[in-house]
Amino acid sequence: MRKKLILLMIVLALSGILHSCAPAGPAEILVGINAEITGAIPMVGAACKNAAEMAAEEINAAGGLEIGGKKYKIKLVIADNENKPESAAAAATKLITQDKVLIHIGANASKNAIPASSVCNELQCPMISPWSTNPNTTLYKPWVFRACFIDSFQAGVNAQFGMEEFNATKGAVLFDIGSDACYYQGFFFKNTWEKLGGKIVAFETFTTGDKDFTAQLTKIKESGAEVLYVPQYYDEVPLIVKQANRLGVTEKIHIIGHDGWESPDLCKLCGADCNGLYFTTHWAVDIAGAKTQAFIKKYKEKYGVDPDSVAGLTYDAMYLFVQAAKNCGKLTGNLAQDRKCIRDGLAAIKDFEGVTGTMTPTEQGDMIKSVHIVKIDCDAGVFRWYKTVQPKTFE
Amino acid sequence: MTYILQQLINAVQLGSIYALIALGYSMVYGVLRFINFAHGDIFMVGAFLSYFAAVLIKRLAGATAIPTALIFVGSMLLAMLGTALITLSIERIAYRPLRRYRLSVVITALGMGVFLEHMTLVIVGPWRISFHPLITETVYKVVGVSISTTQLVIIFVSILLMLILEFIVRQTKQGMAMRAISYDREAVPLMGVNVDHIITLTFAIASCLAAAGGLLYAHAYPIIEPYMGIMVGWKAFISAVVGGIGVIRGAMLGGYILGFVEIAAGAIFPSRMRDLISFVVLMIVLLAKPTGIFGLPLRQKV
Repeated sequence: MRKKLILLMIVLALSGILHSCAPAGPAEILVGINAEITGAIPMVGAACKNAAEMAAEEINAAGGLEIGGKKYKIKLVIADNENKPESAAAAATKLITQDKVLIHIGANASKNAIPASSVCNELQCPMISPWSTNPNTTLYKPWVFRACFIDSFQAGVNAQFGMEEFNATKGAVLFDIGSDACYYQGFFFKNTWEKLGGKIVAFETFTTGDKDFTAQLTKIKESGAEVLYVPQYYDEVPLIVKQANRLGVTEKIHIIGHDGWESPDLCKLCGADCNGLYFTTHWAVDIAGAKTQAFIKKYKEKYGVDPDSVAGLTYDAMYLFVQAAKNCGKLTGNLAQDRKCIRDGLAAIKDFEGVTGTMTPTEQGDMIKSVHIVKIDCDAGVFRWYKTVQPKTFE
Repeated sequence: MTYILQQLINAVQLGSIYALIALGYSMVYGVLRFINFAHGDIFMVGAFLSYFAAVLIKRLAGATAIPTALIFVGSMLLAMLGTALITLSIERIAYRPLRRYRLSVVITALGMGVFLEHMTLVIVGPWRISFHPLITETVYKVVGVSISTTQLVIIFVSILLMLILEFIVRQTKQGMAMRAISYDREAVPLMGVNVDHIITLTFAIASCLAAAGGLLYAHAYPIIEPYMGIMVGWKAFISAVVGGIGVIRGAMLGGYILGFVEIAAGAIFPSRMRDLISFVVLMIVLLAKPTGIFGLPLRQKV
């Protein structure tokens, strides 16, 4: 296997040299897109493909991507991963070894992005997953980055937002102790809240499937908390919020949440009870900011629908690559070297201004980025953008 | 003080619902010496039927404004009727032919529970349905304690239903027959009582209480789904056993005990340990009184 790989790398390197020596036409850069075109979530694949194509067209229309004084046209190679983990790995292998892409963008759903990231890391090709929030996508994989933030990151931003927005010092958390994702978020919120100088006065839990939260909510009310963080999902949040309203918890306590709340079903299940609550998210179509609004307008004109989070994040992934290529400075034509150069370029990015926010990768390849806060308006059935929070970093 | 009062109200609300459902387990056990494991799912069917009944009544009413109390009572009665019909067919098809085979009938009961869950899943789909309250909700503030109309309705309707049940069991001939069967099954037919009729009546009453429990539960926790009956069913079963299964007052008491223990365990200890502590307490109760609080000592027949 290793021999084959080395052979493969030599072939790749040779073909890279041959390619760059080819005199005819402008030079090209191949960008691999690994997307969920078919399968259960074709909307995700379509948004990813559309946004990548739009970004590539923009760059090419401006004469191409300029690296080290030389202009390159961007050519997309789109591979369908059928929303299956094994196909995602196969698509990544094909893009890297057969199509010889310089960078791999995708996959989106974490179950596909994790196997694809293992392939990219092993074959040493830089990868950006636009949408995968699972920590394992980038964990111990120096070649892998993402355009979104990870789940636990939101908990910290929520602590910061809750404290600043409501001028609060006393925080509370209510979460499902039987779910690892919620558990981490609960603890992460607590840590950040305490680091920021606040006090957690109620740290309450329940078990998966519980419907009665009255004991915990009454306790939280009694604790004098000012902010209550609920890192749960849209199907449980309505029950919690309705019981909280009934018990008068929400008279003095602001309930905030994370992007697990984000679903059209939230308003169907919760109705007016959820009005006025805030949660953090990756994306909203009414984010203020000229760059974001220009992207939304252009995307809507081109495809007839509002861009969703996948579209915004894929668009940012494309421009993260552009920034990485600029940081790299020069392409040698040796594919292995150029991939390394792009990887280092990605790692060197600082305060990149994307349409989904300002971002800087951590050493792990996760993004420290601005987070959007939306306010729920169930009468109109929408989540309105409220503000964008720049996260504080902690040593 | 307000804190304790508030938690007490929470406990009474939860306990009322457990008690209503626990009664179903206890009554059926009383006459048949059999645990109807489908009862939790019958409760779920009751919640769904009250949802559909409310939709039906509102549609029939059309533009004419009818009082909310009427919709509430109407959907409860319709749900009771529907649930009773379903339960009686289950009894006829799955329980009666196997009545003499103790173990097999437990399995058919479990099977009927799964059947009801999946039947509901097929009919309504896996989506969670938001149950719109049939009573307009106002939250009252009494010395710092929040009480909502929903909570009041839950508490009063369940107490009212339990009083009606007490009346049926204590004051009517059928009730007397029920108690007689539970006391000595062999002797009752000799007195000219049709045991099958009494069993049918018991199942009907049990399912009516479950339907009412479903409606009230859907008001307290207004999201209904096909699997909602499993956990509630288990807890109600535990209540019935703790109170002394087969004894009607025991089921009522057991329901409230479980409600209080659950809320108190969450209120006093870190909520992480709630289930742990509440079940330890229930185990201690059973260790002290193995047949439950009101349970009679097992009669050995010689």
